[in-house]
Amino acid sequence: MSSSSDEECSDYPRYRDRPEWKDVQPITQDDGEYPVVAIDYSDQYRDVYDYFRGIVARQEKSERALQLCTDALTLNPANYTVWHYRRQILKHLNSDLAKEIEYISDVIGEHPKNYQVWHHRRVIVDWHGDGSLECPFTEEMLRADAKNYHVWQHRQWALSKFKMFDGELEFTERLLEDDVRNNSVWNHRFFVLSSTKEQFSNVLADREIDFVITKLQIALYNESVWNYARGILLYCDSDGPKAKLLKFCNDIYGKGDHGEHSIYLFMFLADNSVEDIENGSGDTNTKLTLATKLYSELALKYDIIRTSYWNFVTQDLRRRFPSSMVE
Amino acid sequence: MDCLKVKRIRNCDEGNPTKTTTEQDKVEDVVDRLFNMFIKKSKIDPDAPLLLRKEHILYLKQSLTYLPAAYACLDSSRPWMCYWICHSLALLDYQLDSGMKSHIAKFLDKCQSSQGGFGGGPGQAPHLASTYAAVQALCCLGTEEAFEVINREKLKSFLMSTKCSTGAFSLEVDGEVDIRGAYCAAAVATITNLNTDVLFEKTAAWILSCQTYEGGFAGYPGLEAHGGYTFCGVAALTLLNSVYLCDTKALLRWCTNRQMRFEGGFQGRTNKLVDGCYSFWQGGVFPIIYEMLNGEVGESVVLDEHLFSNKALQEYILICCQAPFGGLIDKPEKARDIYHTCYTLSGLSVAQHLPNGKADIVGDETNLLMPTHPLYNIEKNCLKKAVAYFSSKTKL
Repeated sequence: MSSSSDEECSDYPRYRDRPEWKDVQPITQDDGEYPVVAIDYSDQYRDVYDYFRGIVARQEKSERALQLCTDALTLNPANYTVWHYRRQILKHLNSDLAKEIEYISDVIGEHPKNYQVWHHRRVIVDWHGDGSLECPFTEEMLRADAKNYHVWQHRQWALSKFKMFDGELEFTERLLEDDVRNNSVWNHRFFVLSSTKEQFSNVLADREIDFVITKLQIALYNESVWNYARGILLYCDSDGPKAKLLKFCNDIYGKGDHGEHSIYLFMFLADNSVEDIENGSGDTNTKLTLATKLYSELALKYDIIRTSYWNFVTQDLRRRFPSSMVE
Repeated sequence: MDCLKVKRIRNCDEGNPTKTTTEQDKVEDVVDRLFNMFIKKSKIDPDAPLLLRKEHILYLKQSLTYLPAAYACLDSSRPWMCYWICHSLALLDYQLDSGMKSHIAKFLDKCQSSQGGFGGGPGQAPHLASTYAAVQALCCLGTEEAFEVINREKLKSFLMSTKCSTGAFSLEVDGEVDIRGAYCAAAVATITNLNTDVLFEKTAAWILSCQTYEGGFAGYPGLEAHGGYTFCGVAALTLLNSVYLCDTKALLRWCTNRQMRFEGGFQGRTNKLVDGCYSFWQGGVFPIIYEMLNGEVGESVVLDEHLFSNKALQEYILICCQAPFGGLIDKPEKARDIYHTCYTLSGLSVAQHLPNGKADIVGDETNLLMPTHPLYNIEKNCLKKAVAYFSSKTKL
């Protein structure tokens, strides 16, 4: 809510004072007799939007109307009606789209978390039919905020639209070097794999689990990696990758150096035991004992904010497998 | 932290700090200071923590009539502001006088488009999010005048105009397509009795394709699981009677893990920071999940407690998210705004009302808010009235 643009433009000549705009009839906003949530607009805001309504009323699609849109959007980049009209003008004038991409890059730089600006970029890039700037642009935006949802959304669209997946896995690896806990990057890696492979091959799953293990060696208390591993294993029909990760987990678990940092390891081992029980693999009682022990340690010691959840999961397990319960 | 209801555990970076952990540490430091101040205060003040009800009401009422120029960035979200304020006041059990209710209804009518649906302000093009906000606000008002503002026939054709061949909805004609569109359309259509199989053909399948490997929902297939979008996905699927098709177990695991071990509030995505507004976006999904669990078990199981720590969430909201002169906030040191006031209060209401219908209040009894309906986030009595009104109207 920190728009300093009002002050920046206070010396700007008003449209109502410009002789070249004398032919346009400004239209004031009709808030009705009893306005509520009434914004105390600046004088410039009123002036620009009165003239914007004026040109829309006469459906004027000209260079000066385009400039007026720019002014209106500087004052409020979230006004989707202005963006929509701007695109109609661009189309009508057959404007230079490369120039428009330059313009929208600047606006996005100032308002990186606004839905309308990203949508505008997408439409213009689509019209232009050239996605070559999208990877460098989004990469630059990610340098400022590597978790900006809009940036990732735009990048995924551009990659799919222009089939530019080459080097994208390496890109995620570079970003994970910066911050191994950036969940957006892990998600993106998953997206790249699912977009480029018909299905997760076992070779690929094996390689990804190796990758996961190297990242877990940096930080075990990192939910992003565990979730990613879960995702990979969900789409893999061979037991090899899962066995590899389980061995890694059991080795650490066996060392007994447990603490808050082990909670995702506990969750993984417990959930895995439950899956085994569900699939009828291994000794049910042993698996149940392990799962309930881990859940109880989470509930009582390491993850007490989620005590009621862990208790619920345990009860659910007891309900589903009552006869085989030891204890 | 002995005076807090739930023991808090700090984040650990295992000797390998990254931007995620350094930012998390900063937030925990500030929250830690506030918790410690609270503990000292609670020794002399048995009512603590107290909901600043009067202050919040005053802030909301002021915003209803006047907003400073800095709000120009929300000039295309004025129906939203009406909804955020009216709903917050309803949760606080504050009744607007009939004159003000009439003014709000008349203003929202000014935002209604001749093509059907509502725009972000008078004269603006119709937008699905503005339409959702306007309909919600009118339902909060609960008067016949308010209900009658909605031109159902035109609303229906507007909804049809935003429908995509994939089953998804775009937020406006030629606008962006994401899961918000599907939720807004489902909420508006079901509440005003306009839902048909044709309108939502393929929609549930499209929403399901947004559930990610993490268990939460993304704004669009392929993207990251996110609190706001998860609420939209789960609520929309429920409204469309298709929620049983989603992976409940993964959803529940993802949602519970979004509650922060130290702060007690919710984060919106894995490894992100706490934010008061997710008290509702994440917290509000739980009551919906309870219904899903009932359906799966095949028998009615009423839980006696929430599946997240409702006490820790209430403590985060009451101790860390109240601005001293009214309004609620994202996290300590952030400025107040109406959006965060609405969704943080909504989350507080969810936390206070147990699945079995009983209240479980942290702090003074006067902290209790009115219950909200989890699918629409409208105060329950208001919703009942609106649904009754529109169900008497003919299907179009």
